[in-house]
Amino acid sequence: MDVSTALPLPVSARRTRLRRGWRKLGFAISVAIIVSPAILVFLWMLSLSIKTEVESTAYPPVFIPDAPTLHNFVQVFAENSMGLYFWNSIVVSGLATLVALVVGVPAGYGIARAQAHKLTVLILIARMTPALSYLIPLFTVFQLLGLNNTLTALVITHLVITVPIVVYIMAGHFETLPKELEEAALIDGGSVWTAFRYVALPLARPGIVVGTILAFIFSWNNFVFGAVLAGRATRTLPAAVYNVLTFEQLAWGPLAAAALVVTVPVLLLTIVIQKEIVAGLTHGGVKA
Amino acid sequence: MVAAPHPGFLARRHRSYYLFVVPALIVIGAVIIFPWLFTVWMSLFDWTIGSAAHFVGLANYVGLATNQRFIESIVHTFYFTALAVVVPLILGLVAALIFHREFPFRGVLRGIFTMPMMATPVAVALVWTMMFHPQQGVLNYLLSLVGLPASLWVYSPTWVIPSLVLVEIWHWTPLVMLIILGGLAALPTEPYESARLDGATEWQLFRYITLPLIAPFLVVAAVIRTIDALKAFDTIYVISQGGPGTASETINLYLYLQAFAFYNVGNASAVVVVFFAIILALALLLLYVRQRARWT
Repeated sequence: MDVSTALPLPVSARRTRLRRGWRKLGFAISVAIIVSPAILVFLWMLSLSIKTEVESTAYPPVFIPDAPTLHNFVQVFAENSMGLYFWNSIVVSGLATLVALVVGVPAGYGIARAQAHKLTVLILIARMTPALSYLIPLFTVFQLLGLNNTLTALVITHLVITVPIVVYIMAGHFETLPKELEEAALIDGGSVWTAFRYVALPLARPGIVVGTILAFIFSWNNFVFGAVLAGRATRTLPAAVYNVLTFEQLAWGPLAAAALVVTVPVLLLTIVIQKEIVAGLTHGGVKA
Repeated sequence: MVAAPHPGFLARRHRSYYLFVVPALIVIGAVIIFPWLFTVWMSLFDWTIGSAAHFVGLANYVGLATNQRFIESIVHTFYFTALAVVVPLILGLVAALIFHREFPFRGVLRGIFTMPMMATPVAVALVWTMMFHPQQGVLNYLLSLVGLPASLWVYSPTWVIPSLVLVEIWHWTPLVMLIILGGLAALPTEPYESARLDGATEWQLFRYITLPLIAPFLVVAAVIRTIDALKAFDTIYVISQGGPGTASETINLYLYLQAFAFYNVGNASAVVVVFFAIILALALLLLYVRQRARWT
């Protein structure tokens, strides 16, 4: 036991201790204040999604439903073909991410080893361009080719999102890998391709995981490409949630359920790559 | 040290490294560079999808210069961006200072705090739309609990932009926090020790040591935030569609209407070019500020 607590404290020491207590409380309150908006919006989303229509529009609002129901989820899947849109999103984001990996991983390697940093400026500029500005020319071309309303058009457009992220993340990752092992492979007479394929690539697996997840998330979250290019049957989830649910019915429960269905996969993936998210979100945006 | 390889060997290797970039360059050329060039080209035409295109030179740009609605959309964009950069920067700095300290459950709480950042913008926007509802929304209920009058939120021309910024703050403050937290983690400890010996207060430590040292990170956060706020689309489109009237119509919203409601591709392309010039100019301005800050 601490000796000082056994003895009567001098007044000044007691005062410091009291002040420290207040300070701790103040700090705890400030933590609660900054964290609560984040959690409350998600809890509200969850609360709306498991309430009946009567409860979700009640005033004053009902925070914890009396009789929680999964009816809203059943409804969006059964009546609003949420299953189809979920599948569309998986196909579009999955294929766009796959193509991005196939071209982007070698590109990241090339940029890192050839020290071709000027190429990353291209990615910075791409990062600054509003998504809509890609959409107008691509829409026009797809119109000519008769590709509008197809998943193919969506996959191609989503490459705008996935390729720069993968190239940027992989260039940064290969940069951190030691060159010595590859040099050894080259000196042993291997080609640059063998050095990449059998030495660098296996070592780059963690970077590939991060690049894949980030590309997939950004593609998944994209709304406007699907909203413009997709037809009724080819919508991706965000576009479907907006179009189907806001125009055909103004019910809060199903809307919140659908919003939750879109967001949950992303939040789960986020947990896997907590630490690398910043690099992904600032990609191309010069480091400090 | 290994014997330096023959210079020709190195050059040859560099050339083969460039081959790795070729497939990506082809894709980027097709989906990114081609649209840039095509946009500039189309901006010189009077062209609505479904009718013939006429070359009009710079007429689209001249038209924009006198287009009241477009000019107002620029004003709205700047108003939105100013708020959506400054507030998250301040809150993000405060949050970063808090999360930089040790306390129980810090990791978990930081995880929760950063959740909004990755959430699908459309889903977030729909939930906020319901929260903004003037009669049944939860926000007015919360205001009534603390005795404040109800607000019309996004249904009021005056409050629509600040309300949309509120969503933006909620969504993106975590990113600012994480960038600044990275800066705080890299701080050296020596200056603090000597300053404490000299009797500096906590505020002085922050003002004269921490703030100058993390300034570059603040600028990076400001650049990212400026670019993203200028480009904001999903939340505005879902929550207010640029309304009421045109009260929250930003450049991006105006662009969307021109392109995909009126199919006025020529005019929309001119808007894109002007819009991009604005984004580039602001980003370069901030980077210039950063360079100056570093040298002085």
